[in-house]
Amino acid sequence: MTPPKKTTIPHQDGPWQYGEETKAVHAGAQPDPVTGARNTPIYQTTSYVFDDVDHAADLFNLQSFGFIYSRLTNPTVAVLEERMASLENGRASVCAASGHAAQFLTFFSLLDPGDHFIASRNLYGGSITQFGISFKRLGWNCTFVDPSDPENFRTAVTAKTKAIFIEVLANPGGIILDLEAISQVAQDVHVPLIVDNTLATPYLLKPMEWGADLVVHSTTKFLSGHGTSMGGVVIESGKFDWAADDRFPTMTQPDPAYHGLTFYETFGDFGFTMKARAVGLRDFGPSMSPANAFYTLTAIESLPARMDRHVKNALTVAEFLQSHRKVKRVSYAGLSSSPYNDLAKKYLPKGAGAVFSCELKGGFDAGVKLVESVNLFSHLANVGDTRSLILHPASTTHRQLSDDQRDAAGAGASVIRLSIGQETAEDLIHDLDEGLSKV
Amino acid sequence: MTAPLIYDDGTIRKILQSVKTVAMVGASPKQVRPSSFVMKYLQGKGYRVIPVNPGHAGKEILGETVYGGLQDIPHPFDMVDVFRSSDAAGGVVDEVLALPPERRGRVIWMQLTVRNDAAAEKAEEAGLQVIMDRCPKIEYGRLFGELGWSGVNTGIITSKRRKLNP
Repeated sequence: MTPPKKTTIPHQDGPWQYGEETKAVHAGAQPDPVTGARNTPIYQTTSYVFDDVDHAADLFNLQSFGFIYSRLTNPTVAVLEERMASLENGRASVCAASGHAAQFLTFFSLLDPGDHFIASRNLYGGSITQFGISFKRLGWNCTFVDPSDPENFRTAVTAKTKAIFIEVLANPGGIILDLEAISQVAQDVHVPLIVDNTLATPYLLKPMEWGADLVVHSTTKFLSGHGTSMGGVVIESGKFDWAADDRFPTMTQPDPAYHGLTFYETFGDFGFTMKARAVGLRDFGPSMSPANAFYTLTAIESLPARMDRHVKNALTVAEFLQSHRKVKRVSYAGLSSSPYNDLAKKYLPKGAGAVFSCELKGGFDAGVKLVESVNLFSHLANVGDTRSLILHPASTTHRQLSDDQRDAAGAGASVIRLSIGQETAEDLIHDLDEGLSKV
Repeated sequence: MTAPLIYDDGTIRKILQSVKTVAMVGASPKQVRPSSFVMKYLQGKGYRVIPVNPGHAGKEILGETVYGGLQDIPHPFDMVDVFRSSDAAGGVVDEVLALPPERRGRVIWMQLTVRNDAAAEKAEEAGLQVIMDRCPKIEYGRLFGELGWSGVNTGIITSKRRKLNP
């Protein structure tokens, strides 16, 4: 078919496409219709009045857009949701109390007990525990695969497989996955590809441009950026065809949890988001607070500028560590010596993130000594702060994993994880140099 | 593959601001059907929606009498909203064009996933405006600020105050 003529397609090129930095400042936020307040207010309210009983019924039935109760929707949180959907070039998004809560909402909306998904084994340690142990108790079965060969995902597919989950820029190993190839596998076997884009942020990588169907974030990290606010989000591309076969009944069959509503048919390309919100948030309750949404929104306005500085500092520090005599290896994909440097150039041309690991000469004790000896770096379990952070995963975040799992996740005994902040690069180098002298 | 349809926001906004009465072909009496969602929403925004469904002619949906066909509607309407398959949309357009010009309305709107380019061309040649593969509820919500409340990307970036009503 040829496109119809005349008024049907008034502008072949579509509307003006705003740039990344503009969207980071503006998307989702408009001056308040009544007061004209330019910045998004913190709607610190639990609930919202109904005009009448009929209006209330329309809202509860999802027949009208509007606010009922802040467990489901909140005007401040909604601005962040639209901004994240915009930054990821997605259709819609729903925020959650944390990245883990966002992952829970994602899988709850996809899986029934007995279903299966495949995850890269190079994930944040907390995700490995969530998927491998806690999800298992709900009957959601995860197979972890070595992501370095995309075909490993195809081999692990079963009749019950409903999703593939990866971190493209993986925590903490400085590993980069071949997103395009894995996306092709997901498309071939027709399951949604879910990308945890926390470490890259949409400023460095837009997974949906390479075929991802869902993107999740811990907004606690670079998005909120200042170590102030917990949060998570799941964004849907709107492009996955849930009705192509009968494998996604949670989307295509009448939902008994919502008086027989069929989410895909009723809400189309934002049906997944509606389902995650109207059932997932409603029944499990891990919603984001309006205050945390406000801090995160404010921080996102400076995301492009912050990420540019984060990656610049990270490369400078990684180059210093690589040349240090007490350092065995630096795993930063931005280094030309990294085996992942070509993938970094392809997928992360603006920079390979600001979280990486390095392996010290000297084992477990050397790692412990360094984290306890630095002065400027903060010893804590977070990443993506304005402050530089240091952690010894083997004794903290990855402590509950087996040695094999730790090695596989790039978190072996003498590995140190660094999250490089916004400070003066020379100060960071000086601090690490002093710390290493005590190792 | 067919190129996606791109409509100017202003075009859609003008339609939603000028239309008052909508004939909804394929309206369902079942509350969980998408057509019921759209009808209820549009009614709430002040539109009159006249349901058309031969299987339910003479009955009522959301307070309005159901008609068996567009030709049976005794009063004028501005727009026909098509809740039928892309193939069936051709027949709906033929039904519209069989009406006297003053009773056809000005706009034929085909719902999300409904697209029939040949029928659209025919309708446009007869002077009607055609929108395809869109939902008036979603577009209304998107252009007048409500869709973002559900975390949907409206694509709207502006430093003007959000307008409460069209």
